[in-house]
Amino acid sequence: MSQLELTGVGREVRLPDGGVLPILTGVDLAVDAGEHVAVVGRSGSGKSTLLNVLGLLDSPTSGAYLLDGQDTARLRGRRRARLRGECFGFVFQQFNLLPRRTAVENVAAPLLYARGRAFLTRRRTAAEMLDRVGLGARLDTIPEKLSGGEQQRVAIARALVRRPRVVLADEPTGALDVETGRAVMALLAEATAEQGAALITITHDPAIAALADRQLRLAAGRLTAGVPA
Amino acid sequence: MIGLLGTLAEAWSEVRVHKARVVLSLVGVFLAVFAMTGVTALGLIVTQVQQEQAERYGGRSATVSVSAYDVATGTAADGAEWDTAVGDLLTRYGITQYASIAYTDALVRFPAGTQQLQTMDVSPSYGFLHRIEPIAGRWFVDADRSSLSPALVVNEFVLDQLGGGPFTGPRAVVLGGAEPVTATVVGVVKNDGGDYPVVYRIDESGTPGRGQGPGGYGGGSSLELWVPPAQVDDVVTALTNDLGRVLPGYQVSAYRLDSPGVADGLATLRLAIRGAGAVVLLLGGLGVFNVGMMAVRQRIREIGIRRSFGATSGRVFAAIMLESVVATLLAGVVAVGLAVVVVRNLPVADWFNGGVPLADVPGFPVQAAVEGLVAAAGVGALAGLLPALVAVRVKVIDAIRY
Ligand SMILES: Nc1ncnc2c1ncn2[C@@H]1O[C@H](COP(=O)(O)OP(=O)(O)OP(=O)(O)O)[C@@H](O)[C@H]1O
Ligand SMILES: [Mg+2]
Repeated sequence: MSQLELTGVGREVRLPDGGVLPILTGVDLAVDAGEHVAVVGRSGSGKSTLLNVLGLLDSPTSGAYLLDGQDTARLRGRRRARLRGECFGFVFQQFNLLPRRTAVENVAAPLLYARGRAFLTRRRTAAEMLDRVGLGARLDTIPEKLSGGEQQRVAIARALVRRPRVVLADEPTGALDVETGRAVMALLAEATAEQGAALITITHDPAIAALADRQLRLAAGRLTAGVPA
Repeated sequence: MIGLLGTLAEAWSEVRVHKARVVLSLVGVFLAVFAMTGVTALGLIVTQVQQEQAERYGGRSATVSVSAYDVATGTAADGAEWDTAVGDLLTRYGITQYASIAYTDALVRFPAGTQQLQTMDVSPSYGFLHRIEPIAGRWFVDADRSSLSPALVVNEFVLDQLGGGPFTGPRAVVLGGAEPVTATVVGVVKNDGGDYPVVYRIDESGTPGRGQGPGGYGGGSSLELWVPPAQVDDVVTALTNDLGRVLPGYQVSAYRLDSPGVADGLATLRLAIRGAGAVVLLLGGLGVFNVGMMAVRQRIREIGIRRSFGATSGRVFAAIMLESVVATLLAGVVAVGLAVVVVRNLPVADWFNGGVPLADVPGFPVQAAVEGLVAAAGVGALAGLLPALVAVRVKVIDAIRY
């Protein structure tokens, strides 16, 4: 059984003028535990939409999405939010760190929604995670004082701090220069693999996609196996 | 449990990060709680002052005065007879707080000559019933009744005439007459509104001198009874009937001495002050609400990020709400604390009581402090409600889209 399994997943949005815009039309995807998959596609092809569906931030309008064999269509409200927090770590293009909160506060933030020991020891866990991404000396620095590469490393630490089963990265190197981007991506892939989590990366950069075990292309609302052009 | 801790930790961290904004929005709440608590506390003290002033004249609420005199001769009831009748009655009705009062004369030998002054012969309990607070020395105690030298408490005017400077300890004074006695001034009370002599004399002493019965209820005098206000009417009727029966030929008069209206008037004043405080608090709450709304709009992205961590809508709601409550509660605590310090250090007695210390200084009213805190938290909750609802409705994918 795959960790994530999408069968014929479609997602359409209703436009203000009454029309319907299909973004995803029939996505089939299976991702195994610990696997690293890269998704490439033109701008506007629906890559972020797909990632939001995978991360339970958005729901498909058709098709089935099984998470560990469990049908996610039936998950609502609290359970959906809990499962999202427990299963997924997100890395965004714009880092999306909490402004004016220190690096360690940012990394500890997801553990505010964890239970038991994980909650109580959140600061220490966060500090260890930051150490892992090479920012052990910048614990109390706020994002505004970190470089783009450093901010994304904080975001990686934050995505991994709850030991998710799947890390979802939406153009994680999109806001970084080429060299920094590659270093950050290598770190992301490495740290994720260390934890045995699967990694799904969306990217424009063929060199970044090449780091993955498998490359897929999103076009016309569907996923096809594809080598980056 | 962890959920609650987490929400609290989150709210606290929000307040800390947005210090400047939070502090600014709280000025109104702070001022309102400070004013409300301070004014309520002051109001309580002023009420106490007024009540004590009223009671100095009319006795505590409710004081019933009883006396009896011979219809034919106009003289007061015979000591022994009166004492027996009254003693029975007090036991029957379970009245434990009472004082006897008799007006007599005394020839006081002042350095400038002897003067005849009216004295009030009272039992030690009179001081309690009328809240008498000596400014120097002390009021009568039971032991004074067995002292060979009758104890006196005089006002400043009389003390002045006695000479000898400020009162530093008991002072002897000779009361002339057929058999002169040396009395002892044990305490001094303030002049109450005029330069006239006031002399209280203990109702009994080891020295005979006045025609007084042995029972100690002060024959030939009136008696003041302290009874629950609700029982006044019953007690007055019972006293008139029963005493009339056991003292045939005497006219018994019993009536309420204190003025019951004082407490009601003050309650109205207090209500008005609190009403004004509530309005100010509501205005302060409006400020918190306004800033809360602005903050939520600025933080839509942040809320989206937290949703990606698995924050439930309940948590998002509680966090915004609690942020508001934690902040206003903090303002409330500081305001109440300041009110306590200020009210404690005000020269209340000088301002409201002509320098006479209060008999019962009211402690800082705990009720006012608790009310202030509850009001602050309530306003915080009210002001946080709408921003919290807005936060819950934030669409995660819109919030984190760039
Ligand atoms: N809620 C919505 N309402 C209307 N249109 C939407 C909505 N969500 C997405 N779209 C549209 O759907 C398309 C796909 O959006 P999406 O963000 O998934 O693309 P993307 O592949 O991530 O693009 P990019 O590479 O630029 O990030 C876009 O044209 C977008 O404008
Ligand atoms: Mg995108």
